[in-house]
Amino acid sequence: MKKTISRTESVEKVTKLTKMSKSTNLSRRKFIVGSAAAAGGGLALGFQLPFVIKSAAAQSTGKAYAEVNAWVLIRPDETCAIRIARSEMGQGTLTGLAQLVAEELECDWKHVTTEMPTPGQSLARKRVWGEMGTGGSRGIRTSEDYVRRGGAAARIMLLQAAADGWKVPVGELTVSDGVITHAASKRTTTYGKVAAAAAKLPAPDPKSITLKDPKSWKIAGKPMKRLDTAEKLNGDLVYAIDVKVPGMMCAAIKDCPVFGGKLVSFDEAKVAGRPGVRRVVKVNDTTVAVVADTWWHAKTALDALPIVWDEGANASRSSAMIADQLKEGLTAQSAYAYRKEGDALKAIEGAAKKVEAVYSTPFLAHATMEPMNCTVKFSTDKAEVWVPTQNGEAALAALSEESGLPLEKCEVYKHTLGGGFGRRGGAQDYVRQATAIAKQLPGVPIKLIWSREEDMTHDFYRPISQCRLAAGVDDSGKLVALHVRISGQSINAFLNSPAAKDGNDDRQLQGYYEKPGDAQLGYSVPNLLIEYAMRNTHVPVGPWRGVNTNQNAVYMECFMDEVAHAAGTDPLEFRRALMQNHPKHLAVLNAVADKAGWGKPLPAGVHRGIAQFMGYGSYSAAVAEVSVSDQGKLKVHRIVLALNCGHAVNPDQIAAQVEGSVAYGLTATLYGECTVDKGRIVEQNFNTYEIMRLAEMPKVETVIVPSYDFWGGVGEPTICVVAPSVLNAIYAATGKPARSLPLKNAKLV
Amino acid sequence: MAKLNINGKLRDVQVESDTPLLWVIREQVGLTGTKYGCGVAQCGACSVHINGEVRRSCSIPVGSIKAGDRIVTIEGLSANSSHPVQKAWAALDVPQCGYCQSGQIMAAAALLNKNPNPSDKDIDEAMTNICRCGTYQRIRAGVHMAAVAAAAKDGRIGAPADRKSKA
Repeated sequence: MKKTISRTESVEKVTKLTKMSKSTNLSRRKFIVGSAAAAGGGLALGFQLPFVIKSAAAQSTGKAYAEVNAWVLIRPDETCAIRIARSEMGQGTLTGLAQLVAEELECDWKHVTTEMPTPGQSLARKRVWGEMGTGGSRGIRTSEDYVRRGGAAARIMLLQAAADGWKVPVGELTVSDGVITHAASKRTTTYGKVAAAAAKLPAPDPKSITLKDPKSWKIAGKPMKRLDTAEKLNGDLVYAIDVKVPGMMCAAIKDCPVFGGKLVSFDEAKVAGRPGVRRVVKVNDTTVAVVADTWWHAKTALDALPIVWDEGANASRSSAMIADQLKEGLTAQSAYAYRKEGDALKAIEGAAKKVEAVYSTPFLAHATMEPMNCTVKFSTDKAEVWVPTQNGEAALAALSEESGLPLEKCEVYKHTLGGGFGRRGGAQDYVRQATAIAKQLPGVPIKLIWSREEDMTHDFYRPISQCRLAAGVDDSGKLVALHVRISGQSINAFLNSPAAKDGNDDRQLQGYYEKPGDAQLGYSVPNLLIEYAMRNTHVPVGPWRGVNTNQNAVYMECFMDEVAHAAGTDPLEFRRALMQNHPKHLAVLNAVADKAGWGKPLPAGVHRGIAQFMGYGSYSAAVAEVSVSDQGKLKVHRIVLALNCGHAVNPDQIAAQVEGSVAYGLTATLYGECTVDKGRIVEQNFNTYEIMRLAEMPKVETVIVPSYDFWGGVGEPTICVVAPSVLNAIYAATGKPARSLPLKNAKLV
Repeated sequence: MAKLNINGKLRDVQVESDTPLLWVIREQVGLTGTKYGCGVAQCGACSVHINGEVRRSCSIPVGSIKAGDRIVTIEGLSANSSHPVQKAWAALDVPQCGYCQSGQIMAAAALLNKNPNPSDKDIDEAMTNICRCGTYQRIRAGVHMAAVAAAAKDGRIGAPADRKSKA
């Protein structure tokens, strides 16, 4: 796979670009590139839907590849390069997007390869490839329409070129696997032969294109092998951490261990004579770095560097204090009443049976396997970074702001990420740091690598929260009232404060929405009160695979089992009775129950738990089978997980995402916890922030039930049901609900 | 100054003796398939073979490497990714992000070297490397698949022919 497009292209000013997009008739919207939180703003850019804007066909003439349009390049040897704008971090979007383009293009899948345009190239071409940001499980679902139209438009142009060559009506041509046939005259040609001519033709009106019915898909919807596996098997793939730039030096970095503290001073003389050390630099108000010939030299010198911090007022904060702060929010007079239907408090008061419980979930680190890193080459008229990023345009904006150079003098080379999980989205803090270092050594390329300890202690953590739930059940065992009060930290308050104004932050209630389509609660309860008490801490927070669906699914789904138990009803039947107005949620729940054999006998000591939830436009449900020994030792044997993501583009990669969700979700359930002492994160490496290993991985079975009437996400909606299904199985096994994560702190029996 | 036999080639490296082998491999020798993940022998992303045994190179000072020790990295495991473990990984699309997979593959290859037909329990005990993408189910299947393929080829696993260096 090529990383970048080699063609040099003219660069246009962003201001001009914005004006141009405003003048188009295509629908468009404003968006913000960059980290609003870190930068106090960002770069507002015009955005136009990336239909097949006329390509630089003339430039392609005479070159090996003919650029039929922005998405499709074809070589005379039939190689078909499909452009991919989204980042690849293991989730398989690269292969899935290529399948969608290839499906409409009707090329031969065997000849498909991919290219990633750079953010600079994208800006220079009026953002013809659309959004590059890769988060929120949007990679496929929000680009499927325009990438398929891109593939279809290229097909139309290729067929027209063949028709022109033969002087026959294009309607008489057929195409399959990149071979064009004119049956009447028994002539055939290939995409490779007509691509150069096709590239000179006008692009068809995107509105005139009819996309294929998914029922007729031959490449999309099939379990194609990933296009990027081979280079991950022999050390060939160059991650950003592996980049070598001539003359490069390496930097190790230390941010103030207490969030909100400051760097006061450091004693450079103490490490100046160490092997390889070039400079010690103040990176910003909170951060110091050592630059040396190798990273190991930089890291060991940094460890030896005397540093004085002003740890500030937060240095007294602890997990116990934060827990108290959240606990107060559970019963505080004032809270944001997000959903208020009927009178839940009164109905609970008057109910035949009342159920109450308090749950809690901790801060979590992402702990991507590849630590944060960024390589920068800076001069007074050009700045370039090589970086693992989920948002190439945010990296470009960060580079421009930090370097002081305009966007058109900046460029970002996106590398396959060694894991993302939400850590490497908008913030791009490591890009800013590396750029700040490089600016102090002009002309010297700098590779910044964080130690694992730096990575664990300076994350944007999954926010901490507690939840108090109360339910009223009538004589017949029916749930008549539900009150949910979440107290915890807001991601929006940290990253995008207007969205959390006065604590009215809907996002913290993800999965409890009334509106369909995104993260709708699947239950109808006549008296419902859902509240949020925002309680922010000094710990930085951010999106973590599945974001708030994870915690909110634990609260809602575990409590449903407690209420079902109180009502004397089977947890599956209890849910079904509440889900009659939510047929899509119910269908997935039924699919998982059926596949898992809910209600059928299990081996002695093995118990089942079930959960369902919605997020990122998709419906998921899981059944876990666990046993708990007399000593309280947990074994998760099997998890069956069902998903309706609307359209299933690559069933094998969806299964891989489900397997990954189980591992990531189980790690959080069993072990994941970042605690705070003296204002800083205690857990610094995998010996204290434990990750589930292979031995504990249950057997995972994926059930995909696509309804083909919407496009939903995959990577995130599959994780939120993992923890509650396991917790509910534990409840079934022990009769004792486990309400606080992680389970390493719990006595199960 | 150390003399290292890496992937069948002798290399002179100019480095302090307490430098971890991982960083010598990555920064002095320039082979970047071996990854940094934790630096404390927890995650296994840095796994290499030393005299056929899997070792976590982030926690081995280069000074402790003896003359004659044979170090093999992912780049030297086989020619053309032909090792049964690599073939099984390709057949099952094991990697997601791929960052830990050099280490996973080296650990699996070392396991099969010692134990050509491992049980699930053997795999549980030997495969302790961390994967954050969660490829464990496919890793387990991959080890079994590689064992079957190697058995079919009559004990080719670990034979010198598989160790030809391409680096």
